[in-house]
Amino acid sequence: MSTTKIREPFRDRFSLIVIKVMLAVVLGLVLLPLVYIVASSFSSPAAVNAGRVSFWPVEFSLEAYRSALSNSEVLSGYYNSLIYAVAGTAISVTLTVAIAYPLSRTTFYGRNVVMTLLIFTMLFSGGLIPTYMVVHDLGMLNTRWALLIPGAIGVWQVIIARTFFANSIPDELYEAAALDGASDLRVLRSVVLPLSKPLLAVLALMYTIYQWNTYFDALVYLKDPDLFPLQIVLRNILILNTPRTGAIDLAESMRQQQLANVLRYALIVISSLPVLIIYPFVARHFTKGVMVGAVKG
Amino acid sequence: MFPEIGGRSAAPSPSAAPRRSRWSQAQQAWRTHWQLYLLVSVPMAYFVIFKYIPMAFNVIAFKEYSPVLGPWGSEWVGLRNFELLFTNPVFGSLLKNTFILAFYLVLASFPIPILLALALNEIRTGWFKRTVQMVTYAPYFISTVVVVSMTILVLSPQVGLVSKGLGLVGVEPMNLLAEPDFFRHIYVWTDVWQTAGYSAVIYLAALAGIDPALHEAAKIDGAGRLQRIWNVDLPGIMPTAVIMLILGVGNMMAIGFEKAYLLQNNLNLAQSEIIPTYVYKTGLINADFSMATAVGLFNSVVNLCLLLAVNFVAKRVTGNGLWR
Repeated sequence: MSTTKIREPFRDRFSLIVIKVMLAVVLGLVLLPLVYIVASSFSSPAAVNAGRVSFWPVEFSLEAYRSALSNSEVLSGYYNSLIYAVAGTAISVTLTVAIAYPLSRTTFYGRNVVMTLLIFTMLFSGGLIPTYMVVHDLGMLNTRWALLIPGAIGVWQVIIARTFFANSIPDELYEAAALDGASDLRVLRSVVLPLSKPLLAVLALMYTIYQWNTYFDALVYLKDPDLFPLQIVLRNILILNTPRTGAIDLAESMRQQQLANVLRYALIVISSLPVLIIYPFVARHFTKGVMVGAVKG
Repeated sequence: MFPEIGGRSAAPSPSAAPRRSRWSQAQQAWRTHWQLYLLVSVPMAYFVIFKYIPMAFNVIAFKEYSPVLGPWGSEWVGLRNFELLFTNPVFGSLLKNTFILAFYLVLASFPIPILLALALNEIRTGWFKRTVQMVTYAPYFISTVVVVSMTILVLSPQVGLVSKGLGLVGVEPMNLLAEPDFFRHIYVWTDVWQTAGYSAVIYLAALAGIDPALHEAAKIDGAGRLQRIWNVDLPGIMPTAVIMLILGVGNMMAIGFEKAYLLQNNLNLAQSEIIPTYVYKTGLINADFSMATAVGLFNSVVNLCLLLAVNFVAKRVTGNGLWR
């Protein structure tokens, strides 16, 4: 780099330091709450309740995790969320590709009409109650389908997929396939999909994270606690703070109260862990996907 | 006679030609690419059933909905639901809360990612840059429930970080979540905390697309770092920023239900009750479908108008719009 040979003027070096300090402050602001939660989750219930924990575990203890992982609601929520994430992602990716692939083909007559119909749903939504009525009329209320189907296709994801197909599959491939007598479905299966693995990864990731993190549909459509995804269970424990019963003497009830408090920290860590573990490996792809979508489609 | 008919039928043909050819074009496409239409049919059914039929069900905003009679059979009441809504004393504060929160959110979450991206862009690639990017990006992947729980824990008057920090400077610990005046700040700044790093990525890509020759030229002309940011980087990301702003303002009224509902409690309701939470409570907890739909419809229409207006202005002023 030639810039290292010529010394930058003082004001530029100074402004760089200012920028670095500012970024370090930002880094701290984002990181500290996370560190606080993790540190508390590994501390003893007594230390957490006395407010003695800041950024490092005090009286290291795994009691919070033991208590969280022996909670049957949490386990059933985890199990349900896994089902919703896997099944929902499979359904969503399939449907998204099914509409994005034809939309990317110039030979698909009427694609502008279809695209307009899709974009319009981004601008104007039917609203909560009318959608609820449709789900109700379909008999999906209080079934797993209610979390898998009504939000299955994201228009944004369709745009990302369509842009990818249109830009990264050369026309020559379509022509060659047509000369060989391949049908459109055959082209999709044998040419387009094998070339679209990065796209499929991005779509799968986006839909998985959505399914894992959302609670709204479950709140609206589900009544049966056995079907609740993790996020609803978390909301009940973490935010509504449903009291636990069974304690008789004061000391025991206080201990349980303390445990219930520290349990919340552990639950935050446990529930965010799957997403945060895969995140560093997929962040780059995710960024790419966002970029494709940001390009005017 | 025959030439006459032939002549007559020939006469309109120039105008009919494009129509007929469009029709035959469609037929041709259908014959050779029927598989594409087959593929599209299921997703299209999805959009019709879950997006367009609900739009039609909005008629119950103008009816007295009865589950027995269904949306089409229920009795018309004209604009009565809207009259009731607009004269309801709650409506004023509802509208105010929604607008102020949404506006505040756009105001805070628009410039901060830009500043973050500009700052990151000045640093040469290395561990520090990677760390800042990785860490600021991560909260985007945390769920709303968890973010709100963290907020509650961090702000907890007994053990939370914030009250500890305030204690250091001698401020009495208080329960910020119970103060209506703090609801908006909490909502907006936790949102910034969660999304700034994610949004900055888009600007970083735009910055990477700026021709380095522009920076070289500016350096030779004696421009300092800040001058280069101001005169080269900012204009370079302007088109992206305009689109992000349109999206932000356009979706103002579609402000999230999820977080507001979770942060709500009886004490801060005066400022935390916004249109989406009101629709949920009216419709699904009090089972007043018609009223809830009327509120929702009102919200959707305002949102659509806002989006169109912002897009129009942006196009006039900068030449960049969401669509041509």
